[in-house]
Order: sequence, then C-alpha cells, then structure tokens
Amino acid sequence: MMGGDEKIRIVDLHAFYGESHILHGIDMSVNQGELVTLLGRNGSGRSTTLRSIMNMVGRRTGQIVINGNETIHTPAHKIAHLGVGFCPEERAIFSSLNVEENLMLPPAVRSDGMSLEEIYEIFPNLYERRTSQGTRLSGGEQQMLAMARILRTGANILLLDEITEGLAPVIVRKLAEVLLMLKERGLTILLVEQNFRFAAPIADRHYVMEHGHIVEEVHANELEAKSEMLNTYLGV
Amino acid sequence: MATFLGINLFGLSGQLLVGLINGSFYALLSLGLAIIFGLLRIINFAQGAIYMLGAFFAWMALQYFGINYWAALILVPLAVGIIGVLMERFLLRPIANEDHLYSLLLTFGLALILQGIFTQTYGSSGLSYAIPESLKGGTRLPFMYLPNYRAWIIVASLTVCISTWWAIEKTKLGAYLRAGTENPQMMQAFGINVPLIVTITFGFGVALAGFAGVIAAPVYAVSPEMGSNILIVVFAIVVIGGMGSIGGAIITGLGMGVVEGLTKYFYPEASTTIIFLVMVVVLLVKPAGLFGKEA
Repeated sequence: MMGGDEKIRIVDLHAFYGESHILHGIDMSVNQGELVTLLGRNGSGRSTTLRSIMNMVGRRTGQIVINGNETIHTPAHKIAHLGVGFCPEERAIFSSLNVEENLMLPPAVRSDGMSLEEIYEIFPNLYERRTSQGTRLSGGEQQMLAMARILRTGANILLLDEITEGLAPVIVRKLAEVLLMLKERGLTILLVEQNFRFAAPIADRHYVMEHGHIVEEVHANELEAKSEMLNTYLGV
Repeated sequence: MATFLGINLFGLSGQLLVGLINGSFYALLSLGLAIIFGLLRIINFAQGAIYMLGAFFAWMALQYFGINYWAALILVPLAVGIIGVLMERFLLRPIANEDHLYSLLLTFGLALILQGIFTQTYGSSGLSYAIPESLKGGTRLPFMYLPNYRAWIIVASLTVCISTWWAIEKTKLGAYLRAGTENPQMMQAFGINVPLIVTITFGFGVALAGFAGVIAAPVYAVSPEMGSNILIVVFAIVVIGGMGSIGGAIITGLGMGVVEGLTKYFYPEASTTIIFLVMVVVLLVKPAGLFGKEA
C-alpha cells in the first residue's frame, strides 16, 4: 500500500532490549482513519512494537515511517511531534501531579487538539476529580486520564496499549464508544488488545503476532472465516 | 544577665541564631542535592566543592576584577551554573546509563581535584572576604545583638529556597521536573526534551551551592576545605529529610541547624554528633526519611 494516506509504515523492524532480540522483522502499515489492532499472546512482541515506534526500546533497526518521515534515527522526544500520542500499558499517570496537571503536562503536538472543556465533556469523572492526585483515581479513571492526556495534544496517530485491561465492563464500553468517536473524527489508531471481544467490532484490521513476528493479517470481514485460526493463535 | 528557669537567654538565642545560619547553608546545599538526585538519580559528591568554588569565585571576582558582593551574588551562581551544565553535558551524560556508582565516583573525584587545585594555589589557611558596607553593623534585640549580615543570610537563603520550592511545585516547568523525576521515558514519549531538562536541572542545583558559597564568604573563611567539612553534615541531613523531597530538604536543613544550635547550648560536647545521632534514629524508625516516600 502506497500513497499519502499511510500514517505508519514499518519495514523489517527488529528491536532489542539489551542482548534480547524481541522483534524479528516486522512489516506492517496503518492508514489514515484506520483502527488496527495487534493481537497475540503475552510476550509476543505487541507492546514492544508500540514502544519501538516511540523509540523507547534499547535498539531498533529497519524502517519506521510516520506521516511520511523516516524515524529510525529520530530521538525519542521528537517522535510525539510528528502527531503521535502513546498510551502505555501501565498508564503512567504521574503521582506527583494532580489530574489537571497530568492532563496539561504533554505539550501540544498539533494545533487542533481537544480543549479541556471538550475533554471534561467526554470524561465527566475527570472534571469532578480534577484536583485529586493522579494516582488516587480508580483504574478506569486513570485509563481515561491517560487517553484524555494524549487527545488534548492534538495527536492524530494514537498508539494504545491494553487500554481495557482489568477494567469493569461499563468502562470498557465507554472506551469503545470513545474509540469509535475518535475514528469518526479521522484519527488513526493502533491498538494492542488482549480482549478480542472488545477489539473485533470496532477494528478495521488485525495483525496477529507470535514470537516477535507478524504471522497473520485479518481484515474485519474475514473474522468469521478465520476464527478458528485466531483461536489457535490467541489461545482463547 | 537575663535568665529564665536557669537558662541564659542571651546564650540560648545566640546559639539559636548560629543554628539558623548554619541551617540556611544546610538548606541551600541539601536543596541542590535533592533536586539533582530527584531527576538524575546522581548523588553529587562535588556539591561541597562547588560551594567552595562559589566562595572562591566571589573572592577572586572582588580581588582581581573589583566585582562587588552584590554583583557576585548574581554572577557567581551563573558562572557556577554554567560549569555545572558543562559538567553534566560532557562528564556525567556519557556515563548516565552506567551504574550510579560511576557518577558518584566521578563527582567525588572532581571534588578532590577542585579542592586540590585551590589548596595548591591559595593554601589551606583560608582567605577573608569583607562584609559588604551596607550590611555592616547590627540591631539590638531584647535578648541578643543581631548582626545585619547574619540576618541577611537567613533572609537570602530562605527567599531562594522558597522561590525554588514554589517554582518546582507550582509552575509548568516544575511539573515537567516532577514528572521527569517520576518517569523520564514517558516524558520523552510526550515530546519533552528530557536531556535538556536534566542539563538545566543539574546546572541549577549546582548554582544553588554556588550561591551558598557567595553568602558564606563573608562569615566563614574562604578555604579549600570549607566544602568537604559541610558536605558530610549535608548528606546526613538529606538522609534525614528523605532523598528527593524538595520541601523536606529545606525544612530539614533549617531544622537540623537549629537542633545543632540548641545542642551547642545545652550539651556542647554533642553538638558535632547530634545530626548523625538524629540520622541513625530516623533511619531506624523511618528508613525513607522524614519526608521521603516509602519505596
């Protein structure tokens, strides 16, 4: 796939933490406005793929093109300014900052980010708790804060790692609504997800990972036909 | 002589004042250490030598260039801060990913080199620096005579400490610093240039010691050993307050100065050990320090 609508293109990506070789030649791409998931078991390299895009791994080789810019040699603090927002698995809410300080912390990377009012409208809980210490929030609220934080920056490529992990069904539904709303606005989303039932109805495509390789690419309309294969890979 | 319940109020308030003045230096130095430790996880053993450098720079500025005290108060911390920036950029950054023992040894070595250079050049007996004209004299208070310069030390130190605390706790730049202390990698992912913040922070933490050196010059002898003498106590204070706590460093610094002063009055024999005794007790009861967060 070529053309200007390709927001992320990864070619032959290898990633290392110290001596351990985690990713063994990943090829993938995500287009403008797409919601793509990385499926796979724990340890298959899905989080490392996101962290490699952010240049948060020890070493990486290959090509990572973001919004048309080759970034394999780009320092970590410059990646976000290409319009990328990263929501890590551990959420990384800062305990020394209150909710609003957490929200305001990341600098804007594009000009059309959501305003504080808009964010509080989508996540009313955060407004009520805006003066609480960031880590005093419930798991669900922290997840919303971690999402809201990157929406305010105007990032239009979102890398989301296990955002539903350990959350109550009502919050998972809320997150699905938010993702669909973001997709409608034309944002590009790469989602690492364990909860296949959460991902299946909202995603356009899925990549299945195993042992640091991409072993399968599944389009939304092929889910039915390939469900047996998916079950084998995901062990569900 | 004014006494109350057998206590000589002149003697007591005099020692309290000495305690507050020592505490002012402790606060400035431990604040610098705490800021540096918070973001860089480096225990800067050169902090004492930098304090000595500040005092010498003030002396040299006056002696060789006729730069007066007030100008030195601004210029010396600036110069020392620039030295700190270079030190971080060219000495500490290359070993930033190594074990912290390396940076500890490096700063310790730097301290010895600086101290050695100044001993070689100026001898170890100490030089004197005159109190600026406008701060000479003093004020008679009910129980004591308060020299103006001593009062100025307390005011200047507290002003700098409280402004620093405010800047870290209440401003956006401070929020970057606090968040960077907690999770530097995530800050990078947000697009914040953490290495730049690290360099500035180190320069600022070191500049605080330079500032302390300038205000110390007129009251203590400007000598190559002044830094190593005070640093041991300051380390004990940082341990008591809890590594990395900004407010804790300031309060503990002043508080321990006062404790030391009171001990000098009530039981002078223990005055040089009291801070270490407190440290032992604090370590036994609350290992993370009075203001530190349990890991």
